[in-house]
Amino acid sequence: MTSTQSPTAQSRFPAGRLAFPHRDLTGIGQLERHEILYLLDQAEQWVELNRQSTKHADLLAGLTIINAFFENSTRTLLSFEIAGKRLGADVVNMHAAQSSVKKGETLIDTAITLNAMRPDAIVIRHGSSGATQLIADKVDCPVLNAGDGQHEHPTQALLDALALRHKLRERGDSGDDFTGLTITICGDILHSRVARSNILCLQAMGASVRVCAPPALMPSGIDVLGVEPLHDFDAALRNADVVMMLRLQTERMEGQFIPSAREYHHLYGLTNARLAFAAGDAIVMHPGPMNRGVEIDSDVADMLDRSIITQQVEMGVAIRMACLDILTRRVRGVEGWA
Amino acid sequence: MRQAPPITITRGKLVTPAGLIEGSIRLEAGRIAALGPDINPQVDDKTHDAKGALIAPGLVDLGVFAIDKPAFHFGGITRAALMPDQSPPLDYPSRVNFIAKSGKPDLWVHPLAAATCGLQGSELAEIALMKDAGARGVSTGRRWIADSGMMLRLLQYAAMLDLVVVTHAEDAALAGEAAATAGEIATRLGLPSAPAEAETLAIARDIALAELSGARLHIRQVTTARGFQLVREAKVRGVNVTCGITPAHFMLSDLAMADFRTFTRLSPPLRSEADRQAARTAIGEGVVDVIASGHDPRGPEAKRLPFADAAPGMAGAETLLAMTLGLVRDEVIDTPRAFELLSSKPAHLLNVDAGVLVEGHEADIALIDPDAPWFVDRSKMEATASNTPFDRQGVQGRVRALFKGGVRIAL
Repeated sequence: MTSTQSPTAQSRFPAGRLAFPHRDLTGIGQLERHEILYLLDQAEQWVELNRQSTKHADLLAGLTIINAFFENSTRTLLSFEIAGKRLGADVVNMHAAQSSVKKGETLIDTAITLNAMRPDAIVIRHGSSGATQLIADKVDCPVLNAGDGQHEHPTQALLDALALRHKLRERGDSGDDFTGLTITICGDILHSRVARSNILCLQAMGASVRVCAPPALMPSGIDVLGVEPLHDFDAALRNADVVMMLRLQTERMEGQFIPSAREYHHLYGLTNARLAFAAGDAIVMHPGPMNRGVEIDSDVADMLDRSIITQQVEMGVAIRMACLDILTRRVRGVEGWA
Repeated sequence: MRQAPPITITRGKLVTPAGLIEGSIRLEAGRIAALGPDINPQVDDKTHDAKGALIAPGLVDLGVFAIDKPAFHFGGITRAALMPDQSPPLDYPSRVNFIAKSGKPDLWVHPLAAATCGLQGSELAEIALMKDAGARGVSTGRRWIADSGMMLRLLQYAAMLDLVVVTHAEDAALAGEAAATAGEIATRLGLPSAPAEAETLAIARDIALAELSGARLHIRQVTTARGFQLVREAKVRGVNVTCGITPAHFMLSDLAMADFRTFTRLSPPLRSEADRQAARTAIGEGVVDVIASGHDPRGPEAKRLPFADAAPGMAGAETLLAMTLGLVRDEVIDTPRAFELLSSKPAHLLNVDAGVLVEGHEADIALIDPDAPWFVDRSKMEATASNTPFDRQGVQGRVRALFKGGVRIAL
C-alpha cells in the first residue's frame, strides 16, 4: 500500500516530489490544479482502508505529529488525530487552553518550543489569518494549516472536493473534476476560511461558484475571486448542482451582523421548499458543525440521497492521511521524494 | 552646547522657497547670519565645503511616536513633534514640560498635547497649561474623537489658544478592529477590514467642525482619493485645514501586505493602488502640506505576531528624506517643494521659527547629496527598532552633514 506505486500516480502526475513540491500545506492558494488532483487521488486508497475492519497502516511509524490547536476544535482535531494514528504516527495534541499561550508566551516562541521537540509534522489551527505561515517560516518540519483565522482551511476544501467527487462518481459521472458544475456557497462568507479555500479549490477544479450572503456577511471585493456574489438565496439556488451551507460564525462577529437567527432562517435557511429551486438532484453539503433550523433544516440535512454531510466527515480522515503521507515522504526517504 | 566660532558653509546649493541658489550660508551664535551667492567666510570663520550638496533646512518631523535621536539625525531631522501617545500620555503640563526639554541641545522636541485626558476622547485635557509648558499643538493621538460635541469644543478651545489640532482621520465605529482596507487583498488574506470611507467620514466631519469653529485643523494622514478631494474642496472654500501623509502611503499599496508581513501593518492601513496614485497627485497639486515619518519603532514583541495581532506602525525617520526625494526624481514635485513639505510647512503649523533658510532663524541645516544611492537595510538601521516596509529597497538621497543651532552633529 505504498502510495507511490499506484498506477494512476505514475501515469497522470509528474514523478516523485514534482507531483507535490511543497514542504507545507498552508492554503489552496499555493496549489496548482494538478496538485489538488494528486492529493485527491492519493486519498482514495485511504478511503478504502478506512472502510475495512482493520484500519491501520504503519507508513508513519516512529514519526511524531503535533496537533497545535490555538482555537477550539472537535471535529478537525479528532480527524487529524485519527488520520495520524491510522498511519502509525505518534500523535500529540496541544490545546491552547492548556498551553503557555495563556502565560504570555508569543506564538513564535511556542512554535520554536514545539520545533525543538523535533516533530515530523505540525498541524496548526489559529484564530489569526496568516498565523500558520508565520509558524511555518520558523520551524524545520512540514506544517499543515488546519484553519487560520478567516484566511484558509485547505484540508476542508480538499475533503469537500473528495466527497463531492465520490458522490458524482456514484451517480455515474466518471469525470475527474467539476467542469460544468454550478456550486452555490451560502452563509457567513465574510468570516469563513472554509468559503475562501473552497472558492479557490472548486474553481481550480473547473466549477463556477456563486456565493450568497446578506451584505454584512459578504466580503468586499469577493467578485475579483471570480465568483458571482448574490444576496437573494432563491436566485443563488437556481439550477445549482451543489449547495454548500455555512454556519454563522458568531464567535468571530464584532457587533451585530444580522437581526436574529429566526430572520436569518427566513432569508437564508435551506428548507426543502427552497431546495426545489436548485437542480433536480442537487447535492447538499455542510462543513459542520450545523445549526439545524438556522442555516439548514433537518429534513434537508438528513436526506440520504442528496446530503453528503456525513461523507464529508468520512473523507476528512482520508484527505488528512493523504496530506500527512505526502508531506512526510521527504523525511521518510521515500524514493523520489528525499 | 553652544556654537563657538562662526561657520560658513560654502559651495552648496541653497534650498530656498524661490528655488535652488548656488552659494554659501554663514552661521553665527547658533543662528543663520547670512546666506546667498555672494557670502564669503569672514576672518576666523570655520569653513565647511559643501562640495555641491544641497544646503537645506533641517527636517521638522510632524507627528512621531518616539524620540529616536540617532534615527532622526540619520534622516536629517533636527526637530520632531512628539505625539501624545506616550506611556503615560502627554495630558499633563509637567510631562509636556519634561518632553519639551528632552532632546536638547541637538534635537528639539515639540510636544503635541493630548486633546483629552488619557486620550480617551471624553474629557478635555488642560490644554492652555500644557501650551505654557511647551506644547506646540494638540492632538487626538492614534485615534479620532468619536463624540462630535467634544470635538467641536476641542476645536473652539484650540482656536482660542491658536494651537493647531492634529487629528487621526478614521471613523472609529466603522474602522473597528480592522487591520486592512476592505478590498481584494483583505478578502484574499481573510483580514478584518474596513472600507476606505472610514477616512472620508472622519475627514468630512472634522472639516465641518473646523469650519464652524475657525480652528486650525491638521489631518496628520490623508490616504484616500476621496479624503484628498474633501481637503482640496475645503481649502478652496477657505477652511483652515492642512493635511499630511507618510511615505508608506504614497510608496505602497495594500498589495504589499500580501505575504502577511507585519511591517506593512499601519494605521490607517495601506490603501488601494488607486488611492496611492491619488496621494501622489495630491502631493503634486499642493493639496498635501506635510510629509512626515510617523516614526513608530516597534520591536519583535509587537511585530513578530500574526498580522492582525501585530501593532501598527513603522520606523520611518531614516527613510523619510530619501522617499520624498524619490518624488522629486519622479517629477511629482521639485526640490524646494520637497523641503516645504518636510520642513517649512510643519514648522509653520507648529509656529516655530524654523524649517526655512532665512536670516535670524536657528541654524538647523542639513547638507544633502540628493543622488547618493544606498540600500535600506534592516540590519544596519539606527532606529531603536527596524520595522521598515522598505527593507532592501534601493533609494537615493543621503544626509552628509547636519547642524543643529550651528553645532555640527556627528552622524
